[in-house]
Amino acid sequence: MSEDRKAVARYTTAARINHWITAGSLILLALSGMALFHPSLFFLTNLFGGGQATRAIHPWIGVVLAISFLGLFFRFVTLNFWNRDDTIWMKNLGKVINDKEEGMPEVGKYNAGQKLVFWGQSILILLLFGSGIVLWDVYFEDYTTVDQKRLSAVIHALCAIGAILIWIVHVYAAIWVKGTLRAMTRGSVTRGWSWKHHRKWFRQEVEKP
Amino acid sequence: MATLQSLDIRRRSASTEAPPQVRQGSLEVAKLIDVSKCIGCKACQAACLAWNDLVEPVGTFEGSYDNPPDLTPTSWTVMKFTEYEKGDDLEWLIRKDGCMHCDDPGCLKACPAPGAIVQYTNGIVDFVSENCIGCGYCVKGCPFNVPRISKVDRKAYKCTLCVDRVAVGQAPACAKACPTQAIYFGSKDDMIDHAEKRIIDLKSRGFAKAGLYDPPGVGGTHVMYVLHHADQPSLYAGLPDDPRISPMVGFWKGVMKPISLAAIAFAGVFGFLHYVTKGPNEVSESDQRKGDDLAGRKGT
Ligand code: HEM
Ligand code: SF4
Ligand code: SF4
Repeated sequence: MSEDRKAVARYTTAARINHWITAGSLILLALSGMALFHPSLFFLTNLFGGGQATRAIHPWIGVVLAISFLGLFFRFVTLNFWNRDDTIWMKNLGKVINDKEEGMPEVGKYNAGQKLVFWGQSILILLLFGSGIVLWDVYFEDYTTVDQKRLSAVIHALCAIGAILIWIVHVYAAIWVKGTLRAMTRGSVTRGWSWKHHRKWFRQEVEKP
Repeated sequence: MATLQSLDIRRRSASTEAPPQVRQGSLEVAKLIDVSKCIGCKACQAACLAWNDLVEPVGTFEGSYDNPPDLTPTSWTVMKFTEYEKGDDLEWLIRKDGCMHCDDPGCLKACPAPGAIVQYTNGIVDFVSENCIGCGYCVKGCPFNVPRISKVDRKAYKCTLCVDRVAVGQAPACAKACPTQAIYFGSKDDMIDHAEKRIIDLKSRGFAKAGLYDPPGVGGTHVMYVLHHADQPSLYAGLPDDPRISPMVGFWKGVMKPISLAAIAFAGVFGFLHYVTKGPNEVSESDQRKGDDLAGRKGT
């Protein structure tokens, strides 16, 4: 970026748009889904124009999420393979959440926590999509038995809670670790941030011609 | 349909408010269907359509007397015919299918829309269509495979036990129409008494296993059958032998809800406490300098 020569590029514009479509649809899905999940949250249907509208819209937002997340998946999958340093990182999670990372292995583009978020959401969104289709009576009512629908409802609700919990961790990490959010808003991060949190990746970026 | 007073509501779907309790001593009603007296004429089916102002579209012949072949959003009751062969003997078992008005209704338990399903103090389970969002959860909750979602308006429909007639002291339309009086209607206690007499009669005529179908797994029902083979309910076009709300639905609508909300609240609170106790994770001056050094060495 010309106005900020000291910044390190982290995400392309396309990657950021892809991320925000995913984020927006996940939040809308969580809100519309939770509205049906618990009576005390039914008021959330008002955000979507009432109960019937919420019921009708939710699966369509799911389709948007599924396609959008698939994009993120292929963008980032190769950067999220697990390695030995990740295991060490996880063993030292206590140090990490206390902001005492000295002596830990240098981190590539993603740390182990971020990789777990990636794989966790990949699996859960796959399961949510599969079970969501089974629950989508408007189009798919005739293809499954009622017991399969019951099981899908259980899987869908469990995976939704799992995805929401991972989402909370993901968002909190971005709030806690200062300087992270701009990676997704502006596409770049500071050198200090890169040095502190993703030194191995930073070294690779610097080496690039 | 909601024709009884709100004072008469015992349970209401997806509601966190306590139901009214001041009115005491409401009579529990029941419909008793004596399968042994049914001749399969379908007068009850016709009466149901007539009273409720419904029209079943003309269907196609499916190779049996069942017409339509199954419950639909407009046919809230359907006669199910079964040819039961035992040795040389052929019995024609005819069961009037429809909502059983369970005392512990799985449909109501599963419904996410406040007030879309109510249970009155007299035991009738009724769908209040204006509140229905068409999600189909009641279908998953019901152990008897009863509710049907209309393709026209995506709302759930089933037998109301003619709650509008019952509210003004009338018997359901089907009971009124039955030419053999195979359908009785009255207080649940009276219906059980009457069933006992019918069972004694059937036993004296060789149906040793005759009995009442009032399945305890759903807390009993407000539509009961007198069956000649009460030991094998499933003979009657798949009437469940021991119906109960599926354990999957029990889990989904039971413990999962509070635990999930607690987990989400815990995650939020944990994050907040972490932030206020540990403070933000900031990049130090020295990190910034080392970062600049690394980049600087490359001359960027
Ligand atoms: C990926 C594609 C998805 C599809 C096709 C889908 C589809 C559905 C369908 C059909 C329902 C039943 C209600 C209705 O008909 O609207 C439902 C309920 C629900 N969905 Fe989704 N969904 C998807 C993703 C998600 C995601 C990502 C979340 C949460 C982060 C979520 C959370 C929920 C919740 C909480 C419920 C209510 C479950 C309950 O009542 O227990 N869904 N979904
Ligand atoms: S038979 Fe099904 S629809 Fe009728 S009250 Fe029982 S659970 Fe509800
Ligand atoms: S479809 Fe069934 S579960 Fe869903 S809102 Fe309507 S009555 Fe309730």
